Amino acid sequence: MNWHAVAAIYKFEMARTWRTIWQSIVSPVLSTSLYFVVFGTAIGSRISEVEGVSYGAFIVPGLIMLSVITQSITNAALGIYFPKFIGTIYELLSAPINVLEIVLGYVGAAATKAFLIGMIILGTSFLFVPMQIEYPLVMLLFLVLTCVSFSLMGFIIGIWAKNFEQLNLVPMLIVTPLIFLGGAFYSVSMLPDAWQVVTLFNPVVYLISGFRWAFFGLADVALGWSLLAILGFTMGCLLVIWRIFKTGWRIKS
Amino acid sequence: MISVRDLRKTYEGGMEALRGANLEIAEGEILALLGPNGAGKTTLISIICGLANITSGSVTVGGHDVIEDYREARRLIGLVPQEINLEPFERVKNTVALSRGLFGMSRDDAKVEDVLRKLSLWDKKDAQIRELSGGMRRRVLIAKALIHEPRVLFLDEPTAGVDVELRKDMWDVVRQLQADGVTIILTTHYIEEAEAIADRIGVINNGEILLVEETASLMRRMGSKEMTIELQAPLEAVPESLASYNLRQTGACTLIYAYDTAAERTGIARLLSDLSGAGLVLRDVQTRQSSLEDIFVSLVHQESPA
Repeated sequence: MNWHAVAAIYKFEMARTWRTIWQSIVSPVLSTSLYFVVFGTAIGSRISEVEGVSYGAFIVPGLIMLSVITQSITNAALGIYFPKFIGTIYELLSAPINVLEIVLGYVGAAATKAFLIGMIILGTSFLFVPMQIEYPLVMLLFLVLTCVSFSLMGFIIGIWAKNFEQLNLVPMLIVTPLIFLGGAFYSVSMLPDAWQVVTLFNPVVYLISGFRWAFFGLADVALGWSLLAILGFTMGCLLVIWRIFKTGWRIKS
Repeated sequence: MISVRDLRKTYEGGMEALRGANLEIAEGEILALLGPNGAGKTTLISIICGLANITSGSVTVGGHDVIEDYREARRLIGLVPQEINLEPFERVKNTVALSRGLFGMSRDDAKVEDVLRKLSLWDKKDAQIRELSGGMRRRVLIAKALIHEPRVLFLDEPTAGVDVELRKDMWDVVRQLQADGVTIILTTHYIEEAEAIADRIGVINNGEILLVEETASLMRRMGSKEMTIELQAPLEAVPESLASYNLRQTGACTLIYAYDTAAERTGIARLLSDLSGAGLVLRDVQTRQSSLEDIFVSLVHQESPA
């Protein structure tokens, strides 16, 4: 393993985060606060409780997931797309490094940034609603796995994208709807029966459900299924990335 | 140091960039690759450095196959690409340090300082790339390529769009590297530079390496000379008696005689006496060695009779 290369990429990518630290922190905090005001206070005041949890607290895990997933994808996609776009990828291709090392560096940095933002949002939400976390370790596990798996997905999108429009296409058209329909703001049991079945095909449901279980001990699907889903998703992404570098698809002529 | 065997590269669109290229490069030499645009120079370099996939054939660097043994092979190589590819917001020092890390070497601030000083970049170490001039950016690319102490350095058109001073500095660096035993492969459009700096010259066209020869011997072998004869009085046509010399008339008073320096008799003495025999009075005579450019043009034409 070329650990120096992993560290070099990681530090270089994190330096980008520190350069834009205020944008990185302010915008998720602001948008989360807006969600609290709109969903938690304005609408939430009419929904008193969901399964014994106040609505304001109920949406916290969903809100964190919404930001963390979006951030993971955007960070990782831009992280690898940018070198492709400005041509500095030549250096990655000509360096004595393998796929695993490249992925560890880029995905590690993107996931770190998303994780930090997730923690900041969690901190912010304590300002709005009284809440406790029943299983903090499970919560951290889910948060880390989500950061890593969606950063992997973002990395794939970054390699696939040929322009900035495509870079935004998948997050906009696929991921945001999946998160909103994944039970970020409601419990799946609140849906009509038919939609409850459809919703089980949405992978994000498993994530949010497992994550919410760590907070309140209540879940839409069993915890085991949630873990299995996220691990399967991670493996799938790794497999795709391995194939991409094996064939040089979209990065090598 | 580098061995390229029967290398072929066909791009996805079906374009054949390399058609069975063979090349052996010795340790410590400077080899200049010359060829017109689209000849396959950059493709060849890209394959050796890992930027492009091989269609068939093999490449080894320092005895390491560039695919099977890519880590060992790439550790030996530094690449200065043709395009200036740098992150605009990054600082000079950091981007150079990144390159060192990518090649698996631990951080070494003294080494970074040393390389930046050699390239007159030290006072710009904290500048963002976007604040630098084009010439400075190219120096940064060179610094990035040298920071991991490569044994082989590829310079792809390093002097394109570079001012005279930087070009001079760059060749000083190249000579210093050669003195340290680094093997250098460069492509250039400035043929006189290849002639001045390279130990050997490889000519590449249409994806094939036409020849690789020592610069001096190539110049000798291919070198024909031209003698320009200026006359006192205008001439309407070359007199019959001089027909055997194949003189070219390029102006009313100017004749050109081409001869081969390697031939036993150049025929100059006889021509001069025949000229005065024909009643022509000379005003001036000049001779000129054909440049590498002439040689190159004649080689490419031999290969592809159009």
